[in-house]
Amino acid sequence: MTTNSVATQVDQLRGNSQSILDNWIAGQKTAGASRPDLISDADLKRQCSELLTTFIEALASGTTDLSQPAWERTRATLRSISLSRARAGWTPSETVQFVFSLKQPLFASLQSQNGAPAAANSAETLELDHLIDRLGLFTADIYQQGREEVILRQQQELLELSTPVVKLWDGILALPLIGTLDSERTQVVMETLLQALVETGSTIAIIDITGVPTVDTRVAQHLIQTVSAARLMGADCLISGIRPQIAQTIVHLGVTLPDVVTKATLADAFVVALDRLGRQVVAKGQATASSR
Amino acid sequence: MERIPIIKIGRYLLVTVQTDVQDNVALALQEDLGNRIIASRARLVLFDISSLQIVDSFIGRLIADIAGIARLLDAEVVVVGMQPAVAITLVELGLTLNGVRTALNVESALAMVGILDPV
Amino acid sequence: MSRAPSPWWASLILSEVHAPERLIVPLRAQEDVVLLRHRVREQAVGLTFSLLDQTKIVTAASELGRNAVTYGGGGEAVIEAARDGSRVGLVLTVTDHGPGIANVEDAMRAGFTTGTGLGLGLSGTRRLVDEFDLRSTVGEGTVVRIVRWK
Repeated sequence: MTTNSVATQVDQLRGNSQSILDNWIAGQKTAGASRPDLISDADLKRQCSELLTTFIEALASGTTDLSQPAWERTRATLRSISLSRARAGWTPSETVQFVFSLKQPLFASLQSQNGAPAAANSAETLELDHLIDRLGLFTADIYQQGREEVILRQQQELLELSTPVVKLWDGILALPLIGTLDSERTQVVMETLLQALVETGSTIAIIDITGVPTVDTRVAQHLIQTVSAARLMGADCLISGIRPQIAQTIVHLGVTLPDVVTKATLADAFVVALDRLGRQVVAKGQATASSR
Repeated sequence: MERIPIIKIGRYLLVTVQTDVQDNVALALQEDLGNRIIASRARLVLFDISSLQIVDSFIGRLIADIAGIARLLDAEVVVVGMQPAVAITLVELGLTLNGVRTALNVESALAMVGILDPV
Repeated sequence: MSRAPSPWWASLILSEVHAPERLIVPLRAQEDVVLLRHRVREQAVGLTFSLLDQTKIVTAASELGRNAVTYGGGGEAVIEAARDGSRVGLVLTVTDHGPGIANVEDAMRAGFTTGTGLGLGLSGTRRLVDEFDLRSTVGEGTVVRIVRWK
């Protein structure tokens, strides 16, 4: 069956669009699906009207292939409806059901217009049925994407919050890492550190991995890349808190840390950093004596 | 053709690369700088790339070449203000810029060569 | 286009709207490479890539654009967005009708060793992107397609 038959229905649908719209909205209310707690009557009417209008216009193009440019406006409308419903708290099935609920008023309109027995309409009806099914699936995908993007964003924010960079002294920053490092977290952490070096004008960063239970090849490589990047920028990194198990892992992985100073404790690394900046810690008596 | 300005400040030269430059403009800098170093007898060149968002293999190579040329003319080049994203990308490109001195900012650069007291 | 502070969900919709289907940048002279960098940057910003990811893809574009102009006698770049399930990416295809590359792996290795030219640009680019596809025919030209996913 060609799409032309569907296109010929378009004029009828256009002419009948007001009553289709009214029936559609009424149908949703009857089914208890209109969620007045999440959307006002006016907004619901606006969403339905926009979707119906773009849907009918897209039908007029004669194609039922949703990926065609003719369906761009409908897809865009569904995208915006789906995303706004995702953040408003509609469930996925409610959002998709919204699209499916368009079928009933559409079919009713076609049948009443044609006046012909149901069989003559069945080919067009089936085609429209499948079309709306596909639109529903598209809506479900968009909803899903919307949720995934929210989750990713929240993960990103968590990552940023959980990597505090601490200023130990003028020119010296410390980055105490806690917990398991995965590749992505390590990258975020490293970018944060490098940015902090620029912002504070610090030339030394101490990356402390005492609180990190294991390190794999990728993490080790990110650490090395961070040291290299810091040096390119005119700063340097020391690594502290490498425990015997991690030292073994690094050696067995064949990863080399070229010219990177590593210390067992953050305190030791701090002394090295101070020394590089021409500073040292002395007992009070000595300080008084030498400062005159 | 646009040329990157070279400014003399006291005993050193300051080159600030403000925006994205074309390859030939960057190459012209190499020549201009050599001439300026000789003319001004400067011993230090500060190469400020804090506004440079993109350093690819060509520009990276150019920076290394400029440092090499300056050294032969008895001047030191310090590259100042490399942005973190640029540094990370250069590392990933495998460009180490070995032999090129770098500093976080002008103050550090001057301290490095002993003009100011270190921080 | 400037971005005023927006609610946290705005970029979900913006990412649909701000990347046009296809952008073509002719590459004839050096200033076109600068233009290519700007266009790729704009598209990456439109797709809300992080600053670091933007830097990587723009740098890769710069390498490919330069190769096309300097070694390929000119060509064109096509910038488009890509979707794969829930991920969004930027695709850049650079074509030139130059002499082509006889042995790509050798060129990349040589470039890496000498630290100059076409080979270095290509091997560097490969490291900066998620997908790298190069086809070259001697006497006809070269097509490089790279993808960076968000």
